[in-house]
Amino acid sequence: MTMETTLLIIGGGPGGYVAAIRAGQLGIKTVLVEGEQLGGTCLNVGCIPSKALIHAAEEFHKAGQYAAVGANESPLGIRAAAPTIDIGRTVAWKEGIVKRLTGGVGALLKKNGVQVVRGWARILDGKTVEVMGAEAGKTGAANDAGGQTTRIRCEHLLLATGSEAVELPFLPFGGNVVSATEALSPETLPEHLVVVGAGYIGLELGTAYRKLGARVTVVEAAGRVLPAYDDELARPVAARLKALGVDLHLESSVLGLSEDGKGVRMKNAGGEEVTIAADRVLVAVGRRPRTTGFGLESLMLDMNGRAVRIDNQCRTSMRNVWAIGDLTGEPMLAHRAMAQGEMVAEIISGKRRHFMPAAIPAVCFTDPEVVVVGLTPQEAAKQGLDCISASFPYAANGRAMTIEATDGFVRVVARKDNHLIVGWQAVGSAVSELSTAFVQSIEMGAQLEDVGGTIHAHPTLGEAVQEAALRALGHALHI
Amino acid sequence: MGIHVIKMPDVGEGIAECEVVAWRVQPGDTVTEDQILADVMTDKATVEIPSPVHGTVMALGGKVGESLPVGGELIRLEIEGAGNLKAEAAKPAAAASAAPAPAADEPAELPHGFVPEPQRVAAGAASVQAPAASVPAPAAAGGGSSVGGSPASRSRTAGGSSGNGATSRAIFRDPNEKPLAAPAVRKRAWDMGIELQYVAGSGPAGQITHADLDAYVSGRKQGHAGHGGADERYAELHGEEAVPLIGLRRKIAEKMQLSKRQIPHFTYVEEVDVTELEALRAQLNARYGEQRGKLTLLPLLMRAVVLAIRKFPEVNARFDDQAGIVTRYQPVHLGIATQTDAGLMVPVIRNAEARDPWSSAKEILRLAYAARNGKAARDELSGSTITITSLGPLGGIVSTPVINHPEVAIVGVNRILDRPVVKNGGLVPRKLMNLSSSFDHRVIDGMVAAEFIQTVRGYLETPATLFVE
Repeated sequence: MTMETTLLIIGGGPGGYVAAIRAGQLGIKTVLVEGEQLGGTCLNVGCIPSKALIHAAEEFHKAGQYAAVGANESPLGIRAAAPTIDIGRTVAWKEGIVKRLTGGVGALLKKNGVQVVRGWARILDGKTVEVMGAEAGKTGAANDAGGQTTRIRCEHLLLATGSEAVELPFLPFGGNVVSATEALSPETLPEHLVVVGAGYIGLELGTAYRKLGARVTVVEAAGRVLPAYDDELARPVAARLKALGVDLHLESSVLGLSEDGKGVRMKNAGGEEVTIAADRVLVAVGRRPRTTGFGLESLMLDMNGRAVRIDNQCRTSMRNVWAIGDLTGEPMLAHRAMAQGEMVAEIISGKRRHFMPAAIPAVCFTDPEVVVVGLTPQEAAKQGLDCISASFPYAANGRAMTIEATDGFVRVVARKDNHLIVGWQAVGSAVSELSTAFVQSIEMGAQLEDVGGTIHAHPTLGEAVQEAALRALGHALHI
Repeated sequence: MGIHVIKMPDVGEGIAECEVVAWRVQPGDTVTEDQILADVMTDKATVEIPSPVHGTVMALGGKVGESLPVGGELIRLEIEGAGNLKAEAAKPAAAASAAPAPAADEPAELPHGFVPEPQRVAAGAASVQAPAASVPAPAAAGGGSSVGGSPASRSRTAGGSSGNGATSRAIFRDPNEKPLAAPAVRKRAWDMGIELQYVAGSGPAGQITHADLDAYVSGRKQGHAGHGGADERYAELHGEEAVPLIGLRRKIAEKMQLSKRQIPHFTYVEEVDVTELEALRAQLNARYGEQRGKLTLLPLLMRAVVLAIRKFPEVNARFDDQAGIVTRYQPVHLGIATQTDAGLMVPVIRNAEARDPWSSAKEILRLAYAARNGKAARDELSGSTITITSLGPLGGIVSTPVINHPEVAIVGVNRILDRPVVKNGGLVPRKLMNLSSSFDHRVIDGMVAAEFIQTVRGYLETPATLFVE
């Protein structure tokens, strides 16, 4: 069977499906090929399910805390019996959310006239893709390629194949060694989980497992947790991990499984080789662009390391072949892919667009949460910008006290000469929601005076945003 | 209440006096600490003078265009507290300077006696200063940065290219700096086919606003559209305008006159076949343009001049005709004649001999930006040993460059043209460009000048020799 279309999108993740919806809105004939479920890593095995699991773990942990201390010691005076958790139901609840969202994506695509083809794409050339039919039972709504091969010819080819978890050669996935994907759908809770990698994925899941009751040990090669973030931001996270009883092995490297498979061998900071007993090992050492298995090599596109090289319109080195999202490298964030996808659809429709965001926010849903938007003071200095920065601690924020979340701070970075805000960083409870204010202020070209002069609702955590700006101007009110 | 006198600071080495090129405040204005009071100029660099205190302006030390001695009274402020002037000295001494500084006890009269000063010369928006008598500015319009308020500034905008007040305050960015615009403005610019890096921003922190886009578009339209209504086209005009030479303009005038009066110019024009050079440049840009930045012809010409100077050190020199000494230099400090809003400036690429073309290109960009925004330091605008001048696409076919005194040579670049050339009995298209250069004939003989230019030509026509030695 042969099909013709204007735009063919490989990959139905946040990048691909958003591109498809926008293209549909703009009247571009669009086909989207997806081998698994719509929604990609983000909806199925990433952002959404991990947040669901983190929430469930937090609720369970809270109940346990009240039970453990009793009403006399609980500052809030809450008494509770020891809680239990049925992890099977937790996972089923999470699956329900995922299903609702991926189903929603399918409905949106349908509503906008996008044709979804289920199956695995193989690129023949820059204008032709072959889709191998999906396995039985993995079919979704319409247009199942149904075991046959469909050939699709297109004017524009948009690559949105995403990324995959990096596998360690000496600790291959399988058995007790899992990636985040499996860790998000546990059938049982492990007794002792060893997490390899203290980046945001490892810490988010490690913390959730700890709160669900497992013993958790984190092994990290660098000297501290969240090595990609600045030390000041990582410190409250490290303190919380310690308080939760997570074992941290920094400057340590994993060597592999022990011979009986019931432990992890590693070299600790002192250089000694030790074995930690573990009945599950989560490898979270990063993600890499998914560039193999679909004939990408045949296009011989210019690469940027492992990623496909693109310009600021997401054009690859081949005319009318576009690439977006994780496939194009860091930062591998769903919201970046979505913005790129939307833009590519608009360019194809004839609009002039460029991918030139002032900032892309990055959030770690650790405990406490971490947000980075724009430049840190160090990055600003490296770029030769003369900047001022100031932070406002949650400890001085009334709302933070009322929700027992006084750990953390909001920090602003602004140019010294014109007070233009160039960056925000924050660590603390619910700072992920503050990211909206952060990135908006940068996109709108706000100066410290703009944020300082905006009335922020009281009592909210957001007041810390205003106060940080005021503090940078030298006149914070509440500190 | 006390009186605080700010004196003309010593802004550069060995400078006895500085010219006031703009007042940013007027008598009666309230000033805050660090607020810029005035722009003063030494040689070629413009320096902003900030206020060290809060206070009210009582009197200015001179008119725009006047030179004040270092250490002389620049401005007088009334401040809370004691001030730095003794009470008995306050009244008589205040009027001592050449300026018509009114005494402190008649503040109501102050604004009328002074020229409103809407310009921001340091930011590059240089403009014509109307003589004081012709401007019946009301007191209220004298505010330092008001735009479109006083007749003076209105006439300026009308005569300018934009036709819209918004751009007259707009500032230009560092070439490396991303244009700043809110997402909706960005999107609209793209929809209108406007590249944001060419749009000046008038918003806070130089942000580009919707109004700036409109101004940019109407500016472009005016540029193309030409005349207005039929009646206006043949109307008789009777106005005239006296334009006092102040600031940079005066310096340029003095310098040009000095050069032409003292130096017998020998001008030599030669045709250069730049077909190969342009091909090489295109290749270099395709291959390295993204990482290292695009090369124009200028950095390659700079390299050719540097190499040719090795054979003809006598052209890389300065001639002190009073002392009768020609000083030849080993380093090549290359002056690059640069047009700014305020007028011609010559920023200097120091030690051009030690730079590869990309490094030269970056330095040219940086210095041109600094010069255009009045941010070039004094030593970035002096000390050149030879100068290159280019009018880019307006290069014409021949020019007669004026030597940058006390140097002895200047190399001028003309336009590149596709021309038919007879080769092996047939016509072939080639890219030809003239070099028009002038030499100080007192110390450079015509033969040496010609040989120097021929050597430069040799490098440019066989561009591999620019890189292989």
